Amino acid sequence: MKKNLALLVLIIFLFLLPILVGKYLLYMTIHILLLSLFALGFNLLFGYTGLLSFGQAGFYAVGAYACAKVLLVVPSLLAGIFGGLVVAGVAALVLGILCIRHTRIYFSMLTLSFGMMIFSLAWKWRDMTGGDDGLVGIPRAPLEIPGLLKLNMTPMENYYYVVLIFSLLAIYLFHRLVNSPLGLTLRGIRDSETRAACVGISVVNYRLLSFTIAGVYAGLAGALLPPLENTVTPPVAHWSHSAEPVLATLLGGIYSFSGPIVGAFLFYIIKDIIVRFTEYWLICLGVIVLILVLGFRGGVVSIWERKGGQG
Amino acid sequence: METLAFQGLVGLSLAMYLWLLAAGLTIVFGVLGVLNFAHGSLFMLGAYFAFTFYGLWGVNFWLSIILSLLTVAVVGYLMERLFLRYIYHLDHAYQLLLTFGFILIFDDAVKMVWGGVAKIPAMPSFFEGTVSFWQRPFPIYNLFIIGAGILVALVLWLLFEKTWWGRIVRASASDREMASAIGVNIPILFTGVFVFGAMLGALGGALGTPVRVVAPGIGAAMIIQAFIITVIGGLGNLKGAFVGAIIVGVVSAYGILLFPVFELFLIFVIMAVVLMVKPQGLFGG
Repeated sequence: MKKNLALLVLIIFLFLLPILVGKYLLYMTIHILLLSLFALGFNLLFGYTGLLSFGQAGFYAVGAYACAKVLLVVPSLLAGIFGGLVVAGVAALVLGILCIRHTRIYFSMLTLSFGMMIFSLAWKWRDMTGGDDGLVGIPRAPLEIPGLLKLNMTPMENYYYVVLIFSLLAIYLFHRLVNSPLGLTLRGIRDSETRAACVGISVVNYRLLSFTIAGVYAGLAGALLPPLENTVTPPVAHWSHSAEPVLATLLGGIYSFSGPIVGAFLFYIIKDIIVRFTEYWLICLGVIVLILVLGFRGGVVSIWERKGGQG
Repeated sequence: METLAFQGLVGLSLAMYLWLLAAGLTIVFGVLGVLNFAHGSLFMLGAYFAFTFYGLWGVNFWLSIILSLLTVAVVGYLMERLFLRYIYHLDHAYQLLLTFGFILIFDDAVKMVWGGVAKIPAMPSFFEGTVSFWQRPFPIYNLFIIGAGILVALVLWLLFEKTWWGRIVRASASDREMASAIGVNIPILFTGVFVFGAMLGALGGALGTPVRVVAPGIGAAMIIQAFIITVIGGLGNLKGAFVGAIIVGVVSAYGILLFPVFELFLIFVIMAVVLMVKPQGLFGG
């Protein structure tokens, strides 16, 4: 009950945010939401299914580039976002069939190589992706449902609401998903592949499903990026970008629903605070990673919950 | 035809450079079972230290390479004793994550010490000049790298196959518990192997300094190359890494010549195909 109330307050706060804060914090909040979605999808694979992917940025980039391509032709925000999401989902389904043949370190290496293939296409296939310049001049097209409504997206506040509503919907769906029999099945596979197979679960199909959903979430996060930045460049596909949801999830907590979201928030907050004092914020992040891996593998959320349990 | 032959030679020198990079990574994985994400960063540190000793302080070139190896050995020793040692029992994922933390730390640390601008060290005078192959100039330095790569391969082969030390290491790699039962001190052996791997990585970095730009971030770039090679040859397989390096080096050299747009793409395709068809690598058992 108390938890629901806190959640409600948080959501109301998020809706009031454009009144309370300036453009910079709004921009940062959008990025936190995008990383939350990206990390949630990643954690469906890692925390729930037990597969560490180092290629999620590939699907993020597919979503971003597909959305940008659509927006450059059809100036409709929804067409762009759904276009990006669908193309990323299809890419994840196809590459998933190849990737889920392996687990553990071989899975990580395989996802890394596919992610980097997408990067090298974004980098070198100039006709399609604009090469290292990326795609530029992507419009923040109006949100238009023919005959129903047309919302101008030029003010950052309006676009913030679009991102917020998409994020809340996606997070709600994710919550339903991991608390459904599907979520339990995935955790069952993570804990023991053999046992899951013995009770008649098709391990391969469930892994593929998990991989595809993770790709769709990465794609959604990616698709929401070009309208914000008006440009997409190859670094979004690079493996170092795949590391962001990994770090966010590790910060927040692997084995909890809210971990990746809390982690995404912490990721940007830590960055923002440290950057005020020194440009070397990655060294601090690195030290935090060492401490988390050595001592607090459940992340911040588990520390919080442990404390709550004692009190 | 001559262009192709010459490009093969270019590929070979690239291959030997990559081999120096990948050898340490695959040895550490083979014995400790840890895929060290920060191996490329140790390579980078090797380059920075060599640059400092040789390029800034004017130490003799060979001596600066040795000093660079020793410095990185200390770094590797601390990494293993203070951190890695505590996560051997965990899942591979955590080992990747922990060593990834070191990439972030080392990258920023070199920026703090040496600044964010790329360094271009001077070439030692005895490496200047070219020799002619098929009427094309080929840098003497690249010949030296080819020789160094082959020499390191020979030394490693002798070390692992012909010495008492190598037998102990191989025994521990194939059965940790059994080796421990017959009296091998596994913790000390692990430290030793990790330090050895770190020094090999540093050797690659240090030897590359006269021709390569030394810059922050090269660690993160090189580790991907090292992953590709070790995966193609089979994780933990030294002979495989040698062949993997040759494949990647030669494909890169011809790729740049024949289809520059898809050269990088093609290398990742090779990596993925090997992983899918034969995940234990071309030379894995």
